[in-house]
Amino acid sequence: MAEAHDRPPEPFTLRLRRFDPDSGEAPYWDEHTVQLEPHRSVLEAVLQAKDRDDGSIGIRCSCRQAICGSCGVRVNGEPALACHTHLDAARAGARDGVIEIEPMGNMPVIKDLIVDMDAVHWKKIQRVTPWLLPKQPVPEREYIVSKESMVDVTQTMACIQCGACVSDCLAMEVDPGFIGPAALAKAYRFVGDPRDDEHFERLNDLAQDPQGLFDCTHCFKCVQACPKDVNPMGQIMRLRRVATADHHIVDRNNGERHEAAFATLVKDNGLLWEAEILPRSYGGNSWFGKFAPAAGKELLASLPTAIKGLLRGKMGPLSAIKPPHRLAREDLQAVQAIYDKVESRPQRYELNLYIAGEDEAPASPGDPVAVGLADEPGGKEAPPAGAEPTDTPRETREPREG
Amino acid sequence: MKVAYWPGCVSRGFTPELHGSMAKVAPLLDIELVELDRACCSGAGVIAEHNQELADTLNARTFALAQQVDGAAMMMNICSTCQGAQSECQERLDANAEYRAHVNDTLAGEGLSYEKGLTNKNFLWLLVEEIGLERLRSLVRRPLTNLKVGPFYGCYIVRPRERLGIDSERPRDRYLEQVIDALGGSVIEYAGMRKCCGFPIVTMNKEASLKQAGRHLGDAQDADADCLVTPCPLCHLNLDLQQPTASKVVGRQLGMPVLHLPQLVGLALGLDHKELGLSRHVVRPTSVIDWSSSVVGAAA
Repeated sequence: MAEAHDRPPEPFTLRLRRFDPDSGEAPYWDEHTVQLEPHRSVLEAVLQAKDRDDGSIGIRCSCRQAICGSCGVRVNGEPALACHTHLDAARAGARDGVIEIEPMGNMPVIKDLIVDMDAVHWKKIQRVTPWLLPKQPVPEREYIVSKESMVDVTQTMACIQCGACVSDCLAMEVDPGFIGPAALAKAYRFVGDPRDDEHFERLNDLAQDPQGLFDCTHCFKCVQACPKDVNPMGQIMRLRRVATADHHIVDRNNGERHEAAFATLVKDNGLLWEAEILPRSYGGNSWFGKFAPAAGKELLASLPTAIKGLLRGKMGPLSAIKPPHRLAREDLQAVQAIYDKVESRPQRYELNLYIAGEDEAPASPGDPVAVGLADEPGGKEAPPAGAEPTDTPRETREPREG
Repeated sequence: MKVAYWPGCVSRGFTPELHGSMAKVAPLLDIELVELDRACCSGAGVIAEHNQELADTLNARTFALAQQVDGAAMMMNICSTCQGAQSECQERLDANAEYRAHVNDTLAGEGLSYEKGLTNKNFLWLLVEEIGLERLRSLVRRPLTNLKVGPFYGCYIVRPRERLGIDSERPRDRYLEQVIDALGGSVIEYAGMRKCCGFPIVTMNKEASLKQAGRHLGDAQDADADCLVTPCPLCHLNLDLQQPTASKVVGRQLGMPVLHLPQLVGLALGLDHKELGLSRHVVRPTSVIDWSSSVVGAAA
């Protein structure tokens, strides 16, 4: 951006979403043109409009350097920190050259670009008991934990509580009671902390909540929204793994059964036997799952859909009894050997690229690249060590400083 | 162009018309499909949720099989969910040599090994980047004139952008619009086109799941779309198979046909609707096809 710094101020037009709920007037769009250097931020532009054109424009801000998390907004429909979005980039991403700035979603608007974080975000954060519940009695002096054991939670600790992920959560859009990405990521911060003594209680609480751990719809919106690479959805998946595999929690929302049924059906057939997923998710992970009362009720409710599917040739009548497709024996055995080897490890092997970093440049510009590199502006100084303790020899390198 | 072709499970299970229509469309585009019939389910993110290394290893096996296909230019997917799940595994495998060696060690028993750098493209990406919109335009035999098509991408193929290689050079999250346009149709933009269909939580929270599907279908209906097109068979299940139930959940009448991407391409390239399995949909594409004459597009 060195060139951008040299460029003189130029006009940028903003289209602001204005709303004052106390006024009784409907929301409206309001345009302002500001004069600023292209490398300046969207926040500076809004503040200039507020300063020179209309002092009543409402926006919340403080640090202006992407640390405090106050200025979360939507820029051209995408969640962003206003202070962390350059004007030239924002204009390049605008549909018609005008930078559109709206308040975040999923939270009520207090005024203009200011949303009520207390009503939604902070309430959800409180829901997950966001403090340490240590073993009693607590030691007189500090806890001594290994460096490696804390590395695992640094990614969730990078959260600046800006609410960008809450703003865009698609599960929350249809189910406002969903605990949501920021709070669940915060929950992992304590579930992954060796000093905390209530991992099971925390996980069981979140898993049994119908709007908890298994209500995430896996849409990657929060992964994309987060300006700090916290990867909230990834943390939710880790919570699920720890809840089901380590704590053997069976929830009443079918989350554990669904996951177990999926993994088993692929192990047994190599390919997914779709007709079995639903009954097993409700009734239990075996062929007999469909005869459990919970499954019966759901199957009955799904009968019209199933009949329609049968009539339209989407599925054969026998698909409820035997799998419609299965790998050849030799390949199935190879798949099962992978399952056996990986699942027999004493501890799961997980690679978190946020922690481990990327040890090689991408193969070609066209290939997917890793996200969350330690030296990216949004990232923390993350030690390049493996994410979780493993049974496989894996050198733990010294953390990089600064 | 020869590709190592991964159809996924659902395209051969609950949406057989997807796999079938791809097989019909491929020769018209000079795509030679070498099916990866030894490969297993991508895990759709659920196996990764169960055990990350397991998902990475199963997909590394698929990648290794794809790399063994003689003369194949790349691997090709017709399932957005497989694409996203596999991209996530590949990101880890490609980023870390030590981890890749660890995974390959498990595959060694079968004599397989994944070498970093596989190109794995969804049919949508291949259509725009390899075949090209101009060539596609020239192959159109029955332009989708007057057909108003709403794109429905599915989450796994649009997010996260960096992992999926989406940028201003390759705006893969705009390709459906470009393809609809190249086929002669009109693009309908609506609120839910890049949102979630709700399928992943249909067994956990059916109401929230179908509320998502129902809202997007309703939005598309309000925007006056004749049909939707999707590159994801799992989205198709929630949007089409479940549409009558979704209609009850959102409390409004819905009648939105949802086409698989190869079906839409096939129609424009002159294939018959029966060959493309359009009669297998729960919501009959009557607004797309005049069934008596096989003519595409509603009367203007």
